[in-house]
Amino acid sequence: MGPDGAGLILSQFPEFLGATLVNLRVFAALIPIGFAVGIGVALAQVYGHPVVAAIASAWEWFFRGVPALVLLFLFFYGLGRFGLDVSAFMAGALAMGFRSSGYQSQIFRGAIQAVPAGQVTAARSMGMSRVQAVFTVVLPQALRLAIPSWSNEFSSVLKDTTLVYAIGINEVMRYARTVYVSHAELAMITFLAVALIFWVLTTLGNAGLHVLERRLAVPGFEVRGAGGARADR
Amino acid sequence: MDLQFDLVNWMPQLLQGLVVTIEITVLCIAMGIVIGLGLAMARLYGYRPIYWLATVYISFFRGTPILVQLFLVYYGLPSLGLKLAPFVAGVLALGLNTSAYQAEYFRGAIQSLPSGQMLAARSIGMSRFEALRSIVLPQALRLVIPPWSNELILMLKYSSIVFFATVTDLMGAGRIIASDTFRYFEVFIVVALLYLAIVLVLSWGLRRLETHIRVPGLGRASEGSG
Repeated sequence: MGPDGAGLILSQFPEFLGATLVNLRVFAALIPIGFAVGIGVALAQVYGHPVVAAIASAWEWFFRGVPALVLLFLFFYGLGRFGLDVSAFMAGALAMGFRSSGYQSQIFRGAIQAVPAGQVTAARSMGMSRVQAVFTVVLPQALRLAIPSWSNEFSSVLKDTTLVYAIGINEVMRYARTVYVSHAELAMITFLAVALIFWVLTTLGNAGLHVLERRLAVPGFEVRGAGGARADR
Repeated sequence: MDLQFDLVNWMPQLLQGLVVTIEITVLCIAMGIVIGLGLAMARLYGYRPIYWLATVYISFFRGTPILVQLFLVYYGLPSLGLKLAPFVAGVLALGLNTSAYQAEYFRGAIQSLPSGQMLAARSIGMSRFEALRSIVLPQALRLVIPPWSNELILMLKYSSIVFFATVTDLMGAGRIIASDTFRYFEVFIVVALLYLAIVLVLSWGLRRLETHIRVPGLGRASEGSG
């Protein structure tokens, strides 16, 4: 592994980036799923009927407690058994999306609960229905408060898209593997290249979300302790 | 859709895999504590070059996918002449990864202590090391338990990636049984339930530890996020 190796990897960099696009597509597919389901689960846990809240909690517990790889295999091999013939991409997006929904629901739940309850009371005393109060008063603030924790989730999920390698999706880890298989001595630099790509992506993403947070911040309305307890990865 | 479970034949192998999973988790977390504490010290008290080394290390291991880190150790090191056994490679990669996160948790916990304590300790003649050992660290280790527990459970689940390094942990055992019996879905349902069971037991145990160690009135000085 010398200058030749580096040169080879450099010349293949466009292909690495192209393969990373697949990861980004999985990411783009799974994040909305996680977001929508996550908010739904969080709302169910905070405002829902006790039975609904229990089901929501069970959902969150399952998708946060099972390792990502196991979920990927469950969806990849399981959906077909239930008659849903989906592509590996779809299985991966669903598995990772539902997994993310478990974590995102925890984040949103913490953020929703961090909005002072007096606001809902005030809204209702003005004549708003509960639904109106939640969607026009609580949620906008909760979403803003959730940004720091959500950006942890964002990085974590972005990096975890590499795990879909396990179900045969043609993303960057698979591409790196093909390079390594034909040039074993280039393994180090190959995976360092992949590492660099993701490092840039997560750093840019976090910086962007930080800018968003600063722009949306309302002085005097920060609430400490908002967001979930998910460790940032 | 007919599901066929063959627990009698599967459980022995799966439980053996579970033992390997627990071994890997314990070892990598231990490694993470040792290196993490060192990194936290480096970032809190170290000279410029040491501080920057620690910062780069942490940024690398937190900013890159854990799978990439595993492959760097398992495939990359041999290309440099260092060939490790799969189990060792797995523990090493996971340990390096968790050390970066734990370093930040330790640093956060130490920084949340009133800075006057270190000042007071130094003013009665303690060296920085003595102050750390007898005053700061005992409190910090108590404060660090919530995020650290989170990390422990996270690593238990992420340990499943060592199956890519051909380690027969719970994930690996499941894969072997599944490819033998073609009952992929059923086997991984059982694997999922086993992981959930361990996570449940672990969470319960860590919560008890937290309440047992808690000193009323001496919570975090500042409410950090998550």
